Amino acid sequence: MSLILSQEEQAIASGQDGAATAMRIVADSARLLGAPRLIPIASAHIDGALYHGDSGTLFAERLVEGGARVSVRSTLNVGALDLMGCSRIRLEEPARGMARRMMEAYRKLGCEQSWTCAPYQAGHRPALGSDVAWGESNAVVFCNSVLGARTNRYGDFLDIACAISGRAPDYGLHRAESRRAQLVFDVSGLSASFLGSEIAWPVLGSLYGREVGNTIGVVTGVQRHPGEDALKAFGAASASSGAVGLFHIAGVTPEAPDLLTILDGAAPETVVRVTPEMAAKARAGLSTATAAKTIDAVAIGSPHLSLDEFDMLERLIAGRRLSVPVYACTGRHVLSSLEQNGRRKTLEASGVIIVADTCVVVTPIMPELAGGILMTNSGKFAHYAPGNTGYAVLYGSLADCVESAVLGKPTFTDIAA
Amino acid sequence: MSAMAEILVPGRAGEGEALVLTAPISFWGGVDPKSGRIADVRHPQHGENLAGRVLFLPGTIGSSSASAVLLELVHNGHAPAALVLHEPDAILLLGLIVAREMGWETPMALRLGRDVFDAYRGSTVTVTDDGALAIAAQQRDSMS
Repeated sequence: MSLILSQEEQAIASGQDGAATAMRIVADSARLLGAPRLIPIASAHIDGALYHGDSGTLFAERLVEGGARVSVRSTLNVGALDLMGCSRIRLEEPARGMARRMMEAYRKLGCEQSWTCAPYQAGHRPALGSDVAWGESNAVVFCNSVLGARTNRYGDFLDIACAISGRAPDYGLHRAESRRAQLVFDVSGLSASFLGSEIAWPVLGSLYGREVGNTIGVVTGVQRHPGEDALKAFGAASASSGAVGLFHIAGVTPEAPDLLTILDGAAPETVVRVTPEMAAKARAGLSTATAAKTIDAVAIGSPHLSLDEFDMLERLIAGRRLSVPVYACTGRHVLSSLEQNGRRKTLEASGVIIVADTCVVVTPIMPELAGGILMTNSGKFAHYAPGNTGYAVLYGSLADCVESAVLGKPTFTDIAA
Repeated sequence: MSAMAEILVPGRAGEGEALVLTAPISFWGGVDPKSGRIADVRHPQHGENLAGRVLFLPGTIGSSSASAVLLELVHNGHAPAALVLHEPDAILLLGLIVAREMGWETPMALRLGRDVFDAYRGSTVTVTDDGALAIAAQQRDSMS
């Protein structure tokens, strides 16, 4: 089926301005995807304002010069600079200037200065069943799975093109029939103590992404709602180890009140029964460092830390002094709360480096260190840190990360699986 | 070995040594946008450089920033000579669509079943305007 554009869409696409560029990009993508038409969207989350090189800045400035503006609510994902000035970014000129120009161009296009990969915890929560165009793989998977709004994984440039045109290709997860689960990921064979632990969700997310790929799956055997931050960690880990855009958890996520409903009455094509051995192997796979005797840093906050996660960090540090830095990545929506009652100062005095508007795997913040070892509780950091920072990774719970940061050497206390 | 592939995104014809990936790759985090080197230490082709190569992709995974990395490779002259995908990946190929909007010369993106990728391994491959993929020369020892 070939793409049919409305007369209005054709008229916009045939122009010379920024709106025309945006409409042509959306239409070309729709043709590539085999979408029959474009559909209106309610909001966008823009991942395209992160500096990867001059080309992205030049593209955004071309749109600004062409007079383009977003036509729906559009939040911004992380940039390459900490505009709040919490942490020092080691990005040198001329890249630094180009990164700043890029962030400025997206502001001029009318995007909100949210600068977070957790927009869903910063007040941007589209309604169940609404069509949106979101970028950033963890935000996409949360939006689809936990909020039940409908988005595909919109890459850089298509996200802003959709936001300007107010349209998206009618394809994939926008269509109800594509959201039904075809695979069951049964975790009932794991102990209740493991499922209740913090590391269960990033570890299972990493395993889920690898086992499921881009098939839609439903997790069964979860007895109680694990909390929003756990679902955030699960989705982020699954979307970095596989192409996961949507997951369901029977009895927890909004489109899966029960197994029968989300399977739409059909038998699952695949059933993955997760064993403690599979979970232990997935956990081990998150670490690349072996026999590490010391650690050089801890990084947390991928996705960006919520206020609840900062509460937990403070409780675990308990006023002690850290011997290696803990990089705590978050958005300005959390920073404003932290600045009340001197909480930010207390954290910084103990050795926490707060990173706002950005994070340690997307821009150079941590010192270059040959053979450096980074500990993290984030499945997503564990996946990307070796390639993007050069540090080897040790994976552990937040409690173990904090204890290790206090001692300067890896300490593991939590149960395995 | 010669095959006609479906053209996913038009671009310039080209020639290059085949780089056949044996595992899916995430361009963001997996490929250095400055050089085209495969940076993902867990990837079997870690350390290889895709600049100027005819790149055979069995699959793609991960971040929604893949398009930005590909656009940057086109802009700084480190793009593959051509991309051959088992399945169209709209996120990645958007990098080429945007490059065309910017008026930059882009490599072609083609679709070909991954079951025939192995036939190109270790060879110099030419890609013509109509989407034909042919072996130009056989290398003596298989580098990729």
